[in-house]
Amino acid sequence: MSRVTEVWVGLATCGVAAGAELVYSTFESSLAKHNLPVTMKRVGCIGMCYNEPLVDVVTADENRFTYGHVCPEDVERIVTEHILNGQPVNELLIPADGFFEHQVRIVLENCGLIDPEVLEEYQRHDGYKALQRVLSELTPAEVIEEIKSSGLRGRGGAGFPTGVKWGFAAREPGPEKFLVCNADEGDPGAFMDRSVLEGDPHRVIEGMIIAAYAIGAPHGYIYVRAEYPMAIKRLKKAIAAADQAGFLGENILGSDFSFEIKIKTGAGAFVCGEETALIASIEGKRGTPRRRPPYPAVSGLWGRPTNINNVETLANIPWIIRHGAKEFAHYGTEDSRGTKVFALAGKINHSGLIEVPMGMSIKEIVFDIGGGLRENKKFKAVQIGGPSGGCIPAKLADVPVDYKSITQTGAIMGSGGLIVLDEDTCMVDITRFFLDFTQKESCGKCTFCRIGTKRMLETLTRICDGKGVPEDVANLIELANKVKAYSLCGLGQTAPNPVLTTTKYFRNEYDTHIIDKSCQAHVCKALIHYEIDPSACKNCRLCTKQCPAQAISQGEGDHQEIDQSVCIKCGQCYEVCPFGAITIQ
Amino acid sequence: MPHSDSSITGVSNEVDRLLHLFAPFPASVIPLLQEIQGHYGYISETNLTRVATYAHAPKSTVYSVATFYSQFRLTRPGKYLIRICQGTACHVLGANSICEHLEEQLGVKVGETTGDGLFTLESVRCLGCCSLAPVMMIRDEAYGRLTRGRVDAIIDAYRNRAEK
Repeated sequence: MSRVTEVWVGLATCGVAAGAELVYSTFESSLAKHNLPVTMKRVGCIGMCYNEPLVDVVTADENRFTYGHVCPEDVERIVTEHILNGQPVNELLIPADGFFEHQVRIVLENCGLIDPEVLEEYQRHDGYKALQRVLSELTPAEVIEEIKSSGLRGRGGAGFPTGVKWGFAAREPGPEKFLVCNADEGDPGAFMDRSVLEGDPHRVIEGMIIAAYAIGAPHGYIYVRAEYPMAIKRLKKAIAAADQAGFLGENILGSDFSFEIKIKTGAGAFVCGEETALIASIEGKRGTPRRRPPYPAVSGLWGRPTNINNVETLANIPWIIRHGAKEFAHYGTEDSRGTKVFALAGKINHSGLIEVPMGMSIKEIVFDIGGGLRENKKFKAVQIGGPSGGCIPAKLADVPVDYKSITQTGAIMGSGGLIVLDEDTCMVDITRFFLDFTQKESCGKCTFCRIGTKRMLETLTRICDGKGVPEDVANLIELANKVKAYSLCGLGQTAPNPVLTTTKYFRNEYDTHIIDKSCQAHVCKALIHYEIDPSACKNCRLCTKQCPAQAISQGEGDHQEIDQSVCIKCGQCYEVCPFGAITIQ
Repeated sequence: MPHSDSSITGVSNEVDRLLHLFAPFPASVIPLLQEIQGHYGYISETNLTRVATYAHAPKSTVYSVATFYSQFRLTRPGKYLIRICQGTACHVLGANSICEHLEEQLGVKVGETTGDGLFTLESVRCLGCCSLAPVMMIRDEAYGRLTRGRVDAIIDAYRNRAEK
């Protein structure tokens, strides 16, 4: 067997949250102790978040052995058995589970394989070759033509053709124009942009430079969420390195083209994902959207022509230039070319980051890549597109994931959050959850969104509290349609989607909440209560000790009893009972 | 520890230094507020006024910006800021009960600071670590796959750290 030369540790936010920093330092000291000439490498997220912390042991002939769920205690064993003696520790290696087999990696091609903080690593993987080609061989118009014919559509949610958008900004008079990268990934349940920025920041920067060249913009901004400190740190480092290497700044690579990038940190407002709100925020104002036209391409940042693209859109660009529009268009469907990155989360076994060709069915994503549902629970729905999206029920699992098909279900493609829901998820509660989000994030400028989301939330809360009345559902639908039709910006126009899809596909759940006053998923607290089954109770009193409300005491006979008037329905007794004696009614 | 901003003139010099990191235009209001909050943990009324004067923006505009964005805090937070994630993945995997447990353990509600000034509990919409749900962040440190027991251990560790 070939000698081990490198050890890679996944150190994106997800890896760090799982304890990968300690694993990294333990490896370092163990390798030093054994005096082993092995290079340690910090890599981004490869997507298998369900196996974090992840460690790759790489041999001289480039064989990769991936260890999952590595704790500091495992490190010494991996070092002595595998690195020192050439025997992989089989029981710690992650099993082949089909996670990568069905994926096509364009945007994520380097994520988890390179050190994102080292420019040369990106260059070894063909980094900045697309830029070299663009600057030496293509005119701006030819670049735009290439992107147009690739069929790439904006990955931020709306799906507008990228090449066409560039064309709008390109034909405006210069020289003052702006190219903005939208990294304000505000959808709860979405972390595609974070992973790309943390795992392969140069790719986004290269995409930005090419886009700026195409539209003739000398200034660039990356608008990134403050909640992503690691992404910001890596971006800053990457910009400095690109500047040093002559990929940014004056006369890039000896050409006439000059371009600079500044980072703007968002301050926590979901609505700033909307283009005109984002522009207001960069200008230092409250992030409220304005009416369009004029579109940002004509009058954007400080009244200048501005083109805004999402992180994933820009990350596609270098690949398209290197491989050609035809090769890109070869993936996906007629109206949706290429791939889409999804953040797969929720009640699923393989939660993580995936990239699939457009047109793959929901079923394939959930079962073939996602490994099915946790604890073999029943698949109920996927929530796609975040709070602006909708819930697609299990019966539509054969629907292909492309812009057209997803829109037909009433949901939207969105930016790529894909949350899997099982039988234990209450659809009314999840809808209330999303409306709570959009209502709080509504900027308050237009009446339909400001008041409409509030009234929808009140109705949903009432239903969850067991106080729903029969006409609630019809009123909800009527209001939802109006808010959708008359809101000023994308936030309000899409906020009703969760209401519209769940009332369409899960009407029976609304009815049971309203009429039968029951929540089958046992989520809505007002509609459930806990009971102790005297025949199963062994009187061990674990529940009594656990109960934070002192609601459980000795009953008459050999069992414990819950005082319903004191119970706060936290469910701790249910979780702790070893005999399954506690039931939810 | 965040400084009290009225006590010594050295502090005012520090604010001046922070202000001069950015150009004196209204467009600098957000980065200025971020810089001040990053340093002091919150934005005091005095500092808000200084930002307004420096950036040539009306105080009312700076206040409206500071209250529009969820990042900005106008009251002093505790030593450790706990941000419990209330994103979708965390929600369906029981973030609510984790949050309730934290409230109970700390004796405060979301948005409040403990009496000893050690912890401030805040909820946020998605930290982007959905596959490790439920998640919380203390300062810039993320903790995933939370259970009530794990939360207790983490909080205890911070309490011990503070005592040393």
